[in-house]
Amino acid sequence: MRAALGQIPRMSRILSINEESRTVRTFIFDAALEAEPGQFLMVWLPGAGEKPISIMDPDPLTLTVARVGPFSSALHERKVGDLVGWRGPFGRPFSLRGRNVLLIAGGYGAAPLHFLAKRTRERGCGTCMAIGARTAEGLILVDRFHGLGCSTILATDRGDMGFQGYVTEAVEERLQQYDAVYACGPELMLHAVAQMCWREGVPAQVSIERYMKCGFGICGQCAMDDKLVCRDGPVFDIEELRDSHDFGHFTRNATGRRVSL
Amino acid sequence: MLDPAEIDLSTEICGVSLPNPTVLASGVLGLSGEVLARIARAGAGAVITKSCSLKPRIGHPNPVVVDYGAGLINAVGLANPGVEAIVEEIRLARELTRSLGVPIIASIFANSVYDFGTTARYISEAEPDLIEANISCPNVEEEFGQIFSSTPYVAAQVTRRVKASTSIPVIVKLSPNVPNIGEVAKAVVTAGADAISAINTLGPGMLVDVETGTPIISNKVGGLSGPAVRPIAVRCVYDICRAVKVPVIGLGGVMDGRDAAEMITVGASAVGVGTGVYRRGIEVFALIVAELRDVMARLGLASVADLRGRGLPQATER
Repeated sequence: MRAALGQIPRMSRILSINEESRTVRTFIFDAALEAEPGQFLMVWLPGAGEKPISIMDPDPLTLTVARVGPFSSALHERKVGDLVGWRGPFGRPFSLRGRNVLLIAGGYGAAPLHFLAKRTRERGCGTCMAIGARTAEGLILVDRFHGLGCSTILATDRGDMGFQGYVTEAVEERLQQYDAVYACGPELMLHAVAQMCWREGVPAQVSIERYMKCGFGICGQCAMDDKLVCRDGPVFDIEELRDSHDFGHFTRNATGRRVSL
Repeated sequence: MLDPAEIDLSTEICGVSLPNPTVLASGVLGLSGEVLARIARAGAGAVITKSCSLKPRIGHPNPVVVDYGAGLINAVGLANPGVEAIVEEIRLARELTRSLGVPIIASIFANSVYDFGTTARYISEAEPDLIEANISCPNVEEEFGQIFSSTPYVAAQVTRRVKASTSIPVIVKLSPNVPNIGEVAKAVVTAGADAISAINTLGPGMLVDVETGTPIISNKVGGLSGPAVRPIAVRCVYDICRAVKVPVIGLGGVMDGRDAAEMITVGASAVGVGTGVYRRGIEVFALIVAELRDVMARLGLASVADLRGRGLPQATER
């Protein structure tokens, strides 16, 4: 029998809150868990719902969350000392390979990759962190990546910081320097990363996001092709996605209807 | 002892053949055509779609499913993309499973007797092998009032309407939350039901976080499934099989081959698996099939027909 995944939420107190930008906050909790980079928790705010959130650090439990909708806004209103529920960790993590790796984040995708960078640096891997965002304000955690000893490549749509253009364009020419690529961000960016890595023959893993209800492989809401993003993913090797009908093209809305990305 | 590999596990519901008696229960994973096909390839004898309605539904906010130790409590709130989208998913599943011989069962529900008929007519366009009318979801009572299967009279009304709207055989899914499930079974069969599935989830039940005093399921209450409800499910299937002669899909807490054999012993023709998918993964169907073979070999029973109904009182009279 598998471990019971979907048990009653554990309640933990917020120990500290750090403002990463106007819209992004990092919450540190009085809890620790065993988890791998790329895994997520179902975070519960009593009365305000429950959402999947990537783990930024498991010990102490740390979550970096952008204010994008009603749930994340409710979380941003929580103060030090408030109780937040969580279940997990869920999902398949990144699997580490190679000595020299490139991490590519689109916007808030930097949070789970910070956890991954911590692990690759602990293993002594050369780690380059590439972050793309619309504007300089969307480039989060940059100092923290420097603190881990990562080199960084920054890209913004308007060029107000770093390379002007997509982060994939910023890294394309140097892709062959790396043993592996790990990416997290909007699916169209992930699809561009996959296409680039398929073309260049560089191994890559991408962390995919879907609307989730249960979070642990029972409701079927997060189906992508014949895969359940919550349990078979959220991290997929791009080789698993070569023949995908949905990846980069279709997602599912809150009712489960397949819709264009 | 019989050779487990020689045992004939095929079974039949209303003339539709299943390669083995395991059935993916409605509401578990059955949203996407590709996932339905994957479950068929993983060894299920039939697959049932998520229940669909005329219009798309978002369902209840999260949390919608919690493992309470002895099983799951859920109130998904019948989230579904609408019958039109499910018709496409069924067509896709059909295309992907053509060579497998695994029937596809479409589950429908509606908020009125009239809409049950319209939904049945729409879903028939996908040509599912069977239609399951879900008249027993306990999680939308506030919205729909009393569930349709709570009285024999209303259950029969829905059944008649669905039957009049399709030429595809109709399974009616019953709730255990009634004083006499045999009476409801008789009423729906008299109204034309070709088969029955039972049980839907039990309850509703409730879980509360003691630190904040908040119910954990967003709907506050949810239906129970899993090992804790199995004895009630077995009793319900037993009562139904004594009351009526139509094929029954028995479900509720079936985790392994022994549990499947128990359901068939009290008269079920097939056995639904829901919480078992959570506990043991998609491999649960192949596992149950292998375990059921072992149980039947030990008992010297060469086919599902030989096992079925051994636990019913009239078995000794026949």
